[in-house]
Amino acid sequence: MNNATVNKSISLIVVWAILLTLPTWIGSVGGYTDLASRVLIIGLAAMSTNLLVGHSGVMAFGHAAYFGLSAYGTGLIIKYLVPSTPLGFLVGVLTGTLGGAIIGYLLAKLRGIYFALATIAFGQVFYFIAFRWNSVTGGDNGLTFQRQPIDLGFAQIDLASSLVFYYTALVVFAVCAALMAVLLRSPFGHTLLAMRENERRARFLGIPVNRHLWLAYTASCVFVACAGSLYGMLNNFVSPHNLHWTQSGDFVLMAVIGGMRSFWGPLLGAAIFVVLQDYLSSITDSWMFFIGMIFVLVVLFIPRGIVGLLQRKTS
Amino acid sequence: MTQLVLFNVFNGLVIGAFYALMALGLSLIINLTNVINFAHGGFLALGAYIAYTLQPYLGFWGALIVSPFLTALIGILVERVLIRPLYARDPLYSLLLTFGLAYVLQDSVRYIWGAQGLPIQVPAALQSSLSPTLFFLTGYRVFMVALVAIAVIVLFLILKKTRLGMRIRAGTLDLEMVSALGVDVRILRNLNFGLGIFFAGLAGVLAAGMLGLTPTIGDQLIMPSFVAVIVGGLGSLIGTLFGGLLIGIAAGVVTVFYPSASEATIYVMMALVLLIRPHGLFGEEGGTKL
Repeated sequence: MNNATVNKSISLIVVWAILLTLPTWIGSVGGYTDLASRVLIIGLAAMSTNLLVGHSGVMAFGHAAYFGLSAYGTGLIIKYLVPSTPLGFLVGVLTGTLGGAIIGYLLAKLRGIYFALATIAFGQVFYFIAFRWNSVTGGDNGLTFQRQPIDLGFAQIDLASSLVFYYTALVVFAVCAALMAVLLRSPFGHTLLAMRENERRARFLGIPVNRHLWLAYTASCVFVACAGSLYGMLNNFVSPHNLHWTQSGDFVLMAVIGGMRSFWGPLLGAAIFVVLQDYLSSITDSWMFFIGMIFVLVVLFIPRGIVGLLQRKTS
Repeated sequence: MTQLVLFNVFNGLVIGAFYALMALGLSLIINLTNVINFAHGGFLALGAYIAYTLQPYLGFWGALIVSPFLTALIGILVERVLIRPLYARDPLYSLLLTFGLAYVLQDSVRYIWGAQGLPIQVPAALQSSLSPTLFFLTGYRVFMVALVAIAVIVLFLILKKTRLGMRIRAGTLDLEMVSALGVDVRILRNLNFGLGIFFAGLAGVLAAGMLGLTPTIGDQLIMPSFVAVIVGGLGSLIGTLFGGLLIGIAAGVVTVFYPSASEATIYVMMALVLLIRPHGLFGEEGGTKL
């Protein structure tokens, strides 16, 4: 075994050991179980965003749209149609994915900053719909609902408990992370990497670049939609703010803080960001100022993220 | 009915003029430096609040003239300190930085001037309606459209006739060549950024006169300005101007029939434009820089 694989196995073990035991010790360091769930879910969203930003090299700045769309889908189903968590999750993820597929189709021809601009602008469509469509979405007040226990027939999963919810979310997270890893290792994933490094060459090799970009965009939206649905259930609440472009930017920043070039980097970035935000908003009204400063400082001083920093140290 | 339609079309024109003013600043900066300035809305708010502070001393007219210059000065400083180190890097980083800057500016404005909305006094001469039948033609709105028109003409004259303008246009096409010909591109990018921010500041003062002051005043205007840039096409200032007016008027017309869809309209338009002309109405095929 060479060094890289050893490192990979170690980080894999560390990450899962932390995630599996997190609720047991987060209380003793001043946190709480719902904060752990939030780190996990937002981390999943950041990892999905990074599938595009880091691994495919395209600037996806509108992922909050599919995140929020899925949360609304879940909330609306549970509140108005069927009080079933699995169905709500399924419909939510489908809604988010569909939104991503449609917008992705329009975006796939664009590149560079034009692509970035368009992702930002399209992300706002759903914000305005949620904001304006008062009778269904509750407008600015948001949508309140109650996540329901899951009935397996032989046993019941009591999602109302924070702890049970954390581990349920962890199962979804694990499935998504595994799928992402498989995707990145597949020929499709290698093609994305090739497109990131040299799109023109990839095109000359006969790769249908636009279609791959569209597929990658849609795939990334599947995962971010999973996160969105979970996030809605975690809070039992969705508001237009979940769809806002500021949320999209936060996802990208988390990927950068952790390290865009690494698989687990965005999760690390999300943990730092979420905990800091939670802490800052509890001690000061001007927490936005400090979050903004974090953006500025990270970009100027650690553009390759914490994982990048560690790698440079070890090599 | 005719009057209602006219009212909303005119309203759309006013709003479109705003969008265009914002979007031209954004476009100038994007074209030369590939920086998407998320903080444009923050600079707009800054311009508005600086005008508010200056007004007791300089009056409305004085504030209208001085505030955009001060805002541009702050923009120039920000470019020098924060954005210049990022030109050599992937555009992702400058985008993220201006994103954080938007947070910082908004919170700073809230911290300095307070979260409550503040009124700004518009001279009485501008407040009356110009015509008894067309009540919506208030002096202020007509004045605003006229001022935007003048600002746009001045901008185009600067770009066509002055040395700085020629260098900006040349740099948009090939910055490396401009540099090779002995122009200091650092100063060029710096001044160009200031010029873009000047327009944000001007839009801020004008917006304050119409909408009043809140720390989030820039938020409502920045997204449509992005849409204006996309619809017009990257690399074309005429396109940006046209895009801004077009979406403003379209939103105005839709307001007549279905008010709550006015915001969604501009995004639907953007989707249609991208379907038919992926590079925007005035953008050139392949002209988009990678």
